Amino acid sequence: MPHHIKLIKGLNIRIKGKVKNIFLPCVKSQWVALKPDDFKGVIPKLLLKPGDLVKAGTPVFCDKLNPEVKFASPVSGKVFAVNRGERRKILEIVIETDGKQEYIQHKISEIETLSRQNVIDEMLDNGLWAYIIQRPFGIIANHNAPPKAIFISGFDTAPLAPDIDFILKGQEENLQAGINILQKLTNGKIYVGINGKSVNPSIFEKIKGIEITRFSGPHPAGNVGIQIHHISPVNKGEIVWVIAPADVVIIGKYFSKGIYDVSRIIALTGSEVINTGYVKTVAGTQISFIGKNNLSKIEKRFISGNVLTGTTIPENGYLGFYHNMITVIPEGNYYEFLGWIMPGFKKFSSTRTFASWLTPKKEYTLDTNYHGAERAFVMTGKYEKVVPMDILPQHLIKAALIEDIELMENLGIYEVVEEDLALCEFVCTSKIEVQAILRKALDFVKKEMS
Amino acid sequence: MKALRKFLDKIKPGFSKGGMFSMFRSTFGAFETFLFVPNKVTHQGTHIHDAVDLKRTMSVVVIALLPSLIFGMWNVGRQYYTSIGEATDILKNLWFGFLKVMPIVIVSYVSGLTVEFIFAQIRKHEVNEGFLVTGMLIPLIMPVDIPLWIVAVSTIFAVIFGKEVFGGTGMNVFNPALLTRAFIFFAYPAQISGDTVWTYGLSQGSKVIDGFSGATPLANAASYTIDKIPDNFTLFLGNFPGSIGETSKLAILTGVAILLITGIANWRIMLSVILGGVCMTLIFNAFGANPYMRISPLTQILMGGFLFGAVFMATDPVTAAQTNTGQYIYGILIGMFAILIRVLNPAYPEGMMLSIILMNAFAPLIDHYVVRANIRRRLKRAAKVTVKS
Repeated sequence: MPHHIKLIKGLNIRIKGKVKNIFLPCVKSQWVALKPDDFKGVIPKLLLKPGDLVKAGTPVFCDKLNPEVKFASPVSGKVFAVNRGERRKILEIVIETDGKQEYIQHKISEIETLSRQNVIDEMLDNGLWAYIIQRPFGIIANHNAPPKAIFISGFDTAPLAPDIDFILKGQEENLQAGINILQKLTNGKIYVGINGKSVNPSIFEKIKGIEITRFSGPHPAGNVGIQIHHISPVNKGEIVWVIAPADVVIIGKYFSKGIYDVSRIIALTGSEVINTGYVKTVAGTQISFIGKNNLSKIEKRFISGNVLTGTTIPENGYLGFYHNMITVIPEGNYYEFLGWIMPGFKKFSSTRTFASWLTPKKEYTLDTNYHGAERAFVMTGKYEKVVPMDILPQHLIKAALIEDIELMENLGIYEVVEEDLALCEFVCTSKIEVQAILRKALDFVKKEMS
Repeated sequence: MKALRKFLDKIKPGFSKGGMFSMFRSTFGAFETFLFVPNKVTHQGTHIHDAVDLKRTMSVVVIALLPSLIFGMWNVGRQYYTSIGEATDILKNLWFGFLKVMPIVIVSYVSGLTVEFIFAQIRKHEVNEGFLVTGMLIPLIMPVDIPLWIVAVSTIFAVIFGKEVFGGTGMNVFNPALLTRAFIFFAYPAQISGDTVWTYGLSQGSKVIDGFSGATPLANAASYTIDKIPDNFTLFLGNFPGSIGETSKLAILTGVAILLITGIANWRIMLSVILGGVCMTLIFNAFGANPYMRISPLTQILMGGFLFGAVFMATDPVTAAQTNTGQYIYGILIGMFAILIRVLNPAYPEGMMLSIILMNAFAPLIDHYVVRANIRRRLKRAAKVTVKS
């Protein structure tokens, strides 16, 4: 029986728009894009120019600082445009699909015969390395520094998150192949955290070569960072790698079938989606496939990812590289007369200052309004209630603000990335932008350390 | 409401950067956000936010203070009519108290908020809501006979030197409301101590009936006239002379209920202050060297501003200890020191104020050690790994 870790701290945000366990008919989108901003710390260097033909798996750009890390096209077609922003920064590399979805066919070798270096080289060359993220810092892993272990979270507790077991259904073989590949990359173990509360057995319970730990509790129990902290925390100087379950499948497919197949099952969620459900698509697809008829008529925000950590994209924008869900919620650009004193039956709060606490099971339509303005840091003890780690989030954030590296190290900056403290930002009475502060600090520490 | 919104939108450009009245930007902002929750939407980080904000939080605390305020008003009237020996009823008491207490409330808010607005304007900050609570706390810890100019001067002193010089709301070391009281205590001691200030008119030498002394329970205890201390039930209800808002424990506990149900105030601090107080009293009981030392823990806690301080002053999130462990230590020490000062130093009848101010100063130190302990745990963990490998 695997170890069961029960977490108490955290918060499940009761937001409307949960995904139903059904597949929605999918209209293939003509456009797909790679967004270099999805990859933290990567400065893109184009390998192709507009007009060049690509197949699924053709490298499109690489990292200027680590040119061996390449990023590949998810589809076959041609490079249509490179959209740039301020100072010619590359925002999107748009690829027009040809509808045929031709793959570059690679040689398939027996996984047992591959060496660690073989695996790394194949992954770097063919756009697979980007799936491996390292802690500390939450960036694409440095392939020259072996990790002490690899961590996978087998469930997602974020608001409206998809059911990972539903997404992975029928993928056991590819998942096992992916795990076998990951075993080559570390001398340590591969740890998988699964939902301790789930009635159905997790797909991971059939997989060999991993060590399973059960976690239960409110969000962020499903965050891999929280699981690492409780299984084998990252100390100064240590490195661990993390990877999402669906991405293990992609790696498994590559090594067993020889193709870069990044088709994904994503969840379409949010209160403004009329019929929620799952969609089979590819990473980077244009989200216009949702269709106007399946959306409410009010002003909406489209989010690639979840409401805590996702990125805002336009209505005709593109799904992020790592994301497995799209959330659509109402924009909150309205004034509310004396809103701070009204009873508030329709407002969700982690405190019980609104009348809504009388209905503890109800789900709410949450919009993007700040519900207040940024203020001095007054209320204390709120962050601690939503971070199930032996970390003092408030002191860590203060250390980040004064850029005191030693203090940040001492308080555990290496153990967290933005998603782990996202709930702090949600509950913050003073509306402080915790995630932005933390990312700035992580980049600062990384720069000073290298 | 739409008309009002339209009007605000129309005059807003004048108050924005470059507008004619741009120097009053913070003031305009304060009034605008008072009327309307802003339409600002998220642009990075979490897309959704908790509905709670500082205004909401502070208004809940103010609401929690209202029972004490209303009871205080009634009690002011009640004590006054008792002192002159006139028959009275609830409404008459309440009305009399209202007329005497409201001026203090207004003076406290006006003088404090003026300073806040001026500093927000100078700093080009938005006006913080912290003073909403402070402005209500100040009248509640004043004797009813306090001259209004002293309230104004001490409030201005406390806000400037207790808060703004440290950088404003969120940065202050000492609780501004208590600083106001401490300032009066040391600068104008005659107006805040003795037996005559707690009942209206007594200090001006108005006629009183025989047997009415106006002494507070703490004064009785300090002069070892223990038999004159009202019984516990009266202490609980609050029908005796004292600072305006502190006498009724029933009203304070109503406030506690509001604070605990809404989850705004910190139960750790409240609980540990009381534990600290009980603990110290039991120690004194064991010695029992004088009548004051022999007073029971329950009476000690019901007397004076102990409970009011524990609930509304010690829990101030800015000046209290900020770590959970630290809050227990902070609270217990406040409780112990309050009783210690009360019993052993008759020059300061109410030890609570000084005790909280003292611990405000030590809160950062307590936190420092709690944070060190967290860091040590992390280092130990790292060391263990190195030994293994």
